[in-house]
Amino acid sequence: MANVDIEVKNVSMRFRLSNEKVESIKEFIFKSLKKNLQYSDFYALKSISFSISKGERIGIIGQNGAGKSTLLKIIAGVLKPTEGEVKVNGSVAPLLELGAGFDHELTGAENIYLNAAILGKSKHYIDSKYDEIVEFSGLGDFIHIPIKNYSSGMRARLGFSIATRLDPDILIIDEILGVGDEQFRKKSTETMMSLVNSGKTVILVSHSLHQVKQLTDKVIWLHKGEIVAIGDSNTVCDQYMAYISSSKI
Amino acid sequence: MRKYVVYLKTFQKYSFLLSLLVRKEVKKKYKGSFLGILWSLLNPLLHMLVLTLVFSTLFNTSIENFPVYMLCGFLIFNFFSSSTMTSMKSLIFASGLITKVYIPKYIITISTILSNFIFFLISLIDLVLIMIVTRADITVNVLYAPIYLIFLFIFSCGISLMLATVTVFFRDIEHIYGVLITALHFASAIFYPADIIPQKYQFVLQFNPIYYFIEGFRDSVYYGVTPHIYNLLVCFFLAFISLVIGVLVFERNQDKFILHI
Repeated sequence: MANVDIEVKNVSMRFRLSNEKVESIKEFIFKSLKKNLQYSDFYALKSISFSISKGERIGIIGQNGAGKSTLLKIIAGVLKPTEGEVKVNGSVAPLLELGAGFDHELTGAENIYLNAAILGKSKHYIDSKYDEIVEFSGLGDFIHIPIKNYSSGMRARLGFSIATRLDPDILIIDEILGVGDEQFRKKSTETMMSLVNSGKTVILVSHSLHQVKQLTDKVIWLHKGEIVAIGDSNTVCDQYMAYISSSKI
Repeated sequence: MRKYVVYLKTFQKYSFLLSLLVRKEVKKKYKGSFLGILWSLLNPLLHMLVLTLVFSTLFNTSIENFPVYMLCGFLIFNFFSSSTMTSMKSLIFASGLITKVYIPKYIITISTILSNFIFFLISLIDLVLIMIVTRADITVNVLYAPIYLIFLFIFSCGISLMLATVTVFFRDIEHIYGVLITALHFASAIFYPADIIPQKYQFVLQFNPIYYFIEGFRDSVYYGVTPHIYNLLVCFFLAFISLVIGVLVFERNQDKFILHI
């Protein structure tokens, strides 16, 4: 199927929580001998299946610990699922953590190249986007000083500019709307909106149901690693709202 | 077969990242120091000076042209020890990155080895300088030297991939390995002639993989003779086998790295 961008099939993620972390050989040998290596299994995701078509905008909602971030990490390829498989067509830009690959000793300009290369871009491609990224970040001459001297807002602006200007096929957004100062926030929200509306495949994780309703077509509701409901944004969000308000009492 | 095509494609995709990481490490090593990368030249020279003073005055060594003899062993060993020692920790240092973005993880370990190899190549200039200053005989056999450098590089890659993998799961290796490297250092005939080791302890050299590289490199550069074919074969197999094991060990475990760092 050519128009399926992401296919998640029977994905389970199991974490082995050993009761104590074994980090040395001595401990490992002693505990293995005494048969003292106790694990308790924790499933962050249990047989999740769904597919996302090209250009579809998907929201993922659920309470803390529902497995939202784990799911995003699996789709981004950071985590490998214990069972099942994930097929992704196209390049993924994870906006999981802005500037995850920043090196604080390097200048902003050098970090643009580094960060874009981490996302698998070629030198030629980054060259062509460089000016646009600097321009959008609004950092001006600060781009040539090491980013250890940046304020956290400046760093976030640079990270956001890199991630959004690289023109990915699939955008993964984990609660990042609103970085930097008031002015930049407005600009970044606009960018976000235009990216989301530009026909790209978008996966958005957010606790703001308002935002989810507004930006997505389809919503997946996760609860303790399982899909509770999947379907039209408004319907599922309302179901979720109803569940939240009923369980609070 | 398709698997390897995919591998090559991903490698190509991330080759720019690899070059950036290497450049970054080279730049950062001597950052803030006044002489910068010149230290890669100065450091071995100073070591050579100290050892030459100690061994030619105190111990009255019988080795002819001691500085060249010593540098041949010292530089080879130094590359092996520094590249394996730094790359074994490479994955742990890069945890902030690996846990957030997907990149082929071997890129990180390989970039560490490559940057060490660059320092090593720079330090070889010392050897050339000292050979010119001491008017050492250079024969056509010096052309064998690059072969040893390539084998040594591959061998270090294999060992580093193994060490980096094991270190993720057992941090203790770091401390054990430090001691092991010191032992290897003394057992590599770097600043003494190999034949002063008594016959019954010669096995120490035979079981020391680094010594084969030093021996072959010395033959071609210091003695100016054709290296023994047996020695060349041993180095080839050491490089080949360690790379195969290294890649296998790394690949089998790489999906678990993120859960442990």
